[in-house]
Amino acid sequence: MLTVRFLAKSYPTPQGPLEVLRGVDLDVAAGECVALTGESGSGKSTLLHLIAGLDAADAGEITIGGTRLRGLDDRGRARLRRDLIGLVFQQFNLIPSLRVGANLAFQARIAGRHDPDWELRMARRLGIEGLLGRYPDQISGGQQQRVAIGRALAARPPLILADEPTGNLDEATSEEVVAVIRDLVRESGAACLMVTHSTHLAGLLDRRLHLTAGRIA
Amino acid sequence: MTGREAPRTGPPGASSPRRPGGGTAPRRSPGRLAGWLWVLGVLLSHWRRRPGQLATLLLGLAIATALWSGVEALNEQARASYDRAARAFQGAGMPALVAAEGGDLDEALFGPMRRAGWQVSPVIEGRIRIGGAPFRLIGIEPVSLPPEAGLSALGGGEARGQGFTDFVLPPGRTLAAPETLQRLGLAEGAVVATDDGRRLPPLARSGEIAPGLLATDIGFAQSVLGREGRVSRFLLGEGEGAPLEGVTATPLSRVAPEPGRADDMQRLTESFHLNLTAFGLLAFMVGLFIVHSAIGLAVEQRLAMFRTLRACGVSALGLTGALLAELMTLAAVAGLAGVAAGWLIALALLPDVAATLRGLYGAEVSGVLALGAVWWLSGLAISLAGALAAAAAGLLRVHRLPVLESAAPRAWEAASRRRIARLGLAALGLIALAAALAASAEGLETAFAAMGCLLLGAALALPAVIGRALIAAEAVARRPVVQWFWADTRQQLPALSLALMALLLALGVNIGVGTMVGSFRTAFTGWLDGRLAAEAYVRPASGAEAARVIAWLAARPEVTAVLPSRAEETRIAGWPVELQGFTPHATYRERWPTLAVVPGGWDAVASGTAALVSEQLARRAGLRIGDAVSVPTPTGDWHLDVAGIYPDYGNPKGQVRVALGAFEARWPEGAPNSMGIRADPAAVPALLSALAAETGMEPANMVDQAALKRESTAIFERTFTVTAALNTLTLGVAGVALMASLMTLAAHRLPQLAPLWALGLTRRRLALIEILRILALAALTALVAIPLGLAVAWLLVAVVNVAAFGWRLPLHVFPADWAALAALSLAAALVASLSPVLRLARTPPARLLRIFADER
Amino acid sequence: MNADRRWLLKGLSALALIPAAALAQGFAGLGATAKGFAEVLPSTRLRFPADHGPHPDFRIEWWYVTAVLTDEAGAEAGVQWTLFRIALAPPDHGGAGWQTPQIWMGHAGLTTATSHHHAQRYARAGVGQAGVAATPFAAFIDDWRLAETAPRAPGTPASALGPVEMRAHGADFAYELALATYRGVALQGVEGYSVKSERGQASHYYSQPFFAVTGWIAPGGARRAVTGRAWMDREWSSQPLDADQAGWDWLSLHLPDERKLMVYRLRARAGAPYVTGNWIEPDGRSTRLDPGTIEVDPLAEAEVAGRSIPVRWRIAIPSRGLAIETEALNPQSWMATDFAYWEGPVRATGTHPGRGYLEMTGY
Repeated sequence: MLTVRFLAKSYPTPQGPLEVLRGVDLDVAAGECVALTGESGSGKSTLLHLIAGLDAADAGEITIGGTRLRGLDDRGRARLRRDLIGLVFQQFNLIPSLRVGANLAFQARIAGRHDPDWELRMARRLGIEGLLGRYPDQISGGQQQRVAIGRALAARPPLILADEPTGNLDEATSEEVVAVIRDLVRESGAACLMVTHSTHLAGLLDRRLHLTAGRIA
Repeated sequence: MTGREAPRTGPPGASSPRRPGGGTAPRRSPGRLAGWLWVLGVLLSHWRRRPGQLATLLLGLAIATALWSGVEALNEQARASYDRAARAFQGAGMPALVAAEGGDLDEALFGPMRRAGWQVSPVIEGRIRIGGAPFRLIGIEPVSLPPEAGLSALGGGEARGQGFTDFVLPPGRTLAAPETLQRLGLAEGAVVATDDGRRLPPLARSGEIAPGLLATDIGFAQSVLGREGRVSRFLLGEGEGAPLEGVTATPLSRVAPEPGRADDMQRLTESFHLNLTAFGLLAFMVGLFIVHSAIGLAVEQRLAMFRTLRACGVSALGLTGALLAELMTLAAVAGLAGVAAGWLIALALLPDVAATLRGLYGAEVSGVLALGAVWWLSGLAISLAGALAAAAAGLLRVHRLPVLESAAPRAWEAASRRRIARLGLAALGLIALAAALAASAEGLETAFAAMGCLLLGAALALPAVIGRALIAAEAVARRPVVQWFWADTRQQLPALSLALMALLLALGVNIGVGTMVGSFRTAFTGWLDGRLAAEAYVRPASGAEAARVIAWLAARPEVTAVLPSRAEETRIAGWPVELQGFTPHATYRERWPTLAVVPGGWDAVASGTAALVSEQLARRAGLRIGDAVSVPTPTGDWHLDVAGIYPDYGNPKGQVRVALGAFEARWPEGAPNSMGIRADPAAVPALLSALAAETGMEPANMVDQAALKRESTAIFERTFTVTAALNTLTLGVAGVALMASLMTLAAHRLPQLAPLWALGLTRRRLALIEILRILALAALTALVAIPLGLAVAWLLVAVVNVAAFGWRLPLHVFPADWAALAALSLAAALVASLSPVLRLARTPPARLLRIFADER
Repeated sequence: MNADRRWLLKGLSALALIPAAALAQGFAGLGATAKGFAEVLPSTRLRFPADHGPHPDFRIEWWYVTAVLTDEAGAEAGVQWTLFRIALAPPDHGGAGWQTPQIWMGHAGLTTATSHHHAQRYARAGVGQAGVAATPFAAFIDDWRLAETAPRAPGTPASALGPVEMRAHGADFAYELALATYRGVALQGVEGYSVKSERGQASHYYSQPFFAVTGWIAPGGARRAVTGRAWMDREWSSQPLDADQAGWDWLSLHLPDERKLMVYRLRARAGAPYVTGNWIEPDGRSTRLDPGTIEVDPLAEAEVAGRSIPVRWRIAIPSRGLAIETEALNPQSWMATDFAYWEGPVRATGTHPGRGYLEMTGY
């Protein structure tokens, strides 16, 4: 589902270019949930952002479900995110002025794949079906992240990208959240790449990739 | 709660098409547009949780639109009235033959001229009063009237069959605009009499005749005006015949289609309308400050939302487009409300505007507001354009918004400080340009350009000026909290500067206009006292009555002097001038207000060798005291020395005053048409009733000094009603702008205040400091506004008024008014700061803590 | 111009009585509005020179001159000079000066084979802009003039006029002609009582068809010297037409041997036209041609100003052995005045060749 080849990315700094990624190769198959670990500053988030089309790579190739990212303009990348990718952030990034239910349906609606029954099933599965009428600032952080996961999955994208989804959660909640992502990804047959700094949480997933010095170890 | 209640999950207005669930394959819906509309709905959902902010935005835009379109409506109305007057038969919009020495012509010239091939048409014209109100009566000869004179304008009432016959045969018809009928409170067919008792033919409505104008067939007009057999002028059609010397011995002179009366009106009133437009524009700009603040706030608050939207697959273009659509939706709503409010403003101000134009210029403006679709649409368009202009920066920012990094407010503020320095330089340039323009003083446009440069320059300079003041204050401060207070205030400056500029402009213009009006009032009151020196004035209807009244008055013991005067219209340097013959009595010498008189000037005037000329005429014709002026009279040109120049406020025409005896020698035909009566003031009411009873003089033709002063002052006050109203509205708008900016600021403030709270300042104290800060800024702004206001006043009095009206006022200052205005602006600032500060004071400590923790 | 004048015309409903214009306006109800005006009676005898002057007690009246002309190159032309008087109110209404209830209207036309020019003037009565005097005869409106320049020669009939000048001009034409005759007038109808319908509408009507003409015309450009003949019609009435009458065709012809023919055909909205006329001998003796004794039929029509107008006519008067056809000099002789009509010179061929003028209204 996801193929990354020879991916390289560097950022200019006053001290000269800082090479963050130096030829990353990885594959994630459908139905598979892969953990991406690494030290702080190892380029985990950069890799994820490049895959999500939020940033452009210097070299290399990213293919998602047969679509190559290279050469896509802003609209093309936006369409890619909308149709193929579900993003889960550390910060949840819910829309404060929308109720939970509307946040849940958010991306599916943008993608034109709004399916209330499916969204409801997912809300039950995430244990948030009782919160649909509330606003994000009226529920807890763990609940907010469940809503964000639901939002990413509601559009039934073939690829889920999660960037430290448990960064703002306590340990017990983190385990629950990771488990929910893993189980839902399996059920929906999507591929999932999750950035985490926790080897414990990485152990809950199907496979683990470790990023050091800009390469997959 | 069961999942079947899922409809609650949608944002407002978004419907959720239900589908059979359970399918595992992603389904693609055709709804690209639906997706985009969803984004728009998400954006709009922001406002539902912040109704106050929405109200500010809508209010700001609506007020801006309202003031602009209200002023435009007034101008539009006036323009339409002038146009209609121009289209309506005026008798001056085409070439004509008039008596070379002024005055009327004999109608017996008509036949011979026509027979000699001159396609002329006679017109008689005069002023009449009905119920004390002045009207212009014009007598026309419809059969010979050239079509280009605008005959069709008189046609409205004639659509019913016998019209022409009814118009020309007794009893005839008096054509009047619907507004005129309304003003008279009369219906078609009613018969009115002038105040001197002459009956007009029955009234007939004419949709195309200018308000204030009454038209009858020439014969009826002649008898109503008491000028039987007389003709004011002969309009010239296309045909010209044999040389006129062979036709008539009366010397005739041809007057060009004198930049028509309508054009004259346009020119005379131009300054007034320019004034209104300037105010409208200013109010609009101030309103846009509000919109800019409100939109800036909305963008700021939704940055996270925008990032999420982008991350979820909305392109930059799609997002900007949705924001634009949101903006246009709001602008359309606000615009409609604003245009409607503008209509109300115009409706409320129209009577005063109409009265002003009539009182000051004799221009008739229809009192019935009639505005077309174009006006509504242009009001809406200006609202949309204004919103777009005010939001352009915000939209651009969103379009360029990086999906990942958070915006760097610090960098933005640093840039702001650099910008303030640049603005300061630009401000200096603008103020210098304003000074240069004012010094060149070439016409009204230049004057207003100077005004624009001055206001803009002052506004741009404000942040730099206040910044300097704050740095100085900081340097003097000793206690840390006070130091922080000044430093932090300076930090707030960029974000508040737009609102403070709005406040400065509003205050500056208020002080300037207030100073001008006050100066005018002071000058006018004194002038009126001197001008209306006699205790009573009467207007004899005829020479016989004049003689009778003079004889009667001479026999009354309480009358100390009778001062007859006569007026004729003439032209000097192509400009209409009233020639006034007055009795050179000591009353004038002692009390008549003058600007300059040569030594022995009054004696020279009394001897008939010299004249006094009005300031307007002196300026227009470039006359100075000691110069000679040549006045055309029936007995040839009259060469007079200019012995003095006097102010003649409010008179759109020039005026020349000469001794009555000399006047009558040059102008033998005619009799005094006005006379002043010097008498014991207490005896005046009884004297006038006795005059009416014993000589049969119409009471409508006599007025005592007190009543005349009252009337003059009332006209004067109405002149500035509109200015005052717009002034107040503008100040109100500035208050709203300040409030909007403070609300924008309050959102930024919490993270900045949280550390102080953590350091041990109570929320109460923080709130108090916030209020002090706003008051300090408002006070500094008010301080800057005073010199600005004086500069504006000087420009108005010394440049604008001279260019527009031809007179210059002595400038008086009114510090008490400034104090009141400063207090008012502080109060406005206080009210504006209250709501954000209350919010701060009520912010739960936990929230402050959280803000402190993650600083967004 | 026409649009601007419309309101004036609405008021001048009395103008609808003018043959040249009445029927074009589709006016109805004339009989009722004649009240208060003088009546046309068969017993009235015309008196000269007084009857050359105006008759303000009657509702309408006109002085109508048509001239057929030839220039030195042999090119034909025609000229029309007309002054109408219209009373706005019955004579008992009174009024003088500006309140004089009379309106004057002048029409002038000049027709060549290739061009047609026209102009009109309006004037109020009572203020010297237009008027008519009987002795010496003078009719004028503005600087248009039809007036005696000297008294009639001794020994000529009382109805004869001295030499007459006739001039008018418009934006694109001018003419100035001298008219002269020693003969007296010819009375139309019976003793100048001219019946206009079977219901008895009538007018007082006489003509002076014997004028010889010299002078110049200027159709558009330079002056051209011309000579020819002129015919003056004088008619006044208070209700000359029947409400049912839709239009009128009027023809005057200068026939060989100084004979003159005038015929007119009043077209009814329903039914047969009323056709009558007068045969005038060289000595001025005039005989009425009774209805039924004349045939006047259109032969060919032309497209003029968006209408179909007959410009060729056949006229037969069996009792006089006359059978002629007339042909317009310029079929486009349209007088596009406020009351528009066709008026132009014609040439007759057949038993009695000659030249004359044709007027057609109500098309």
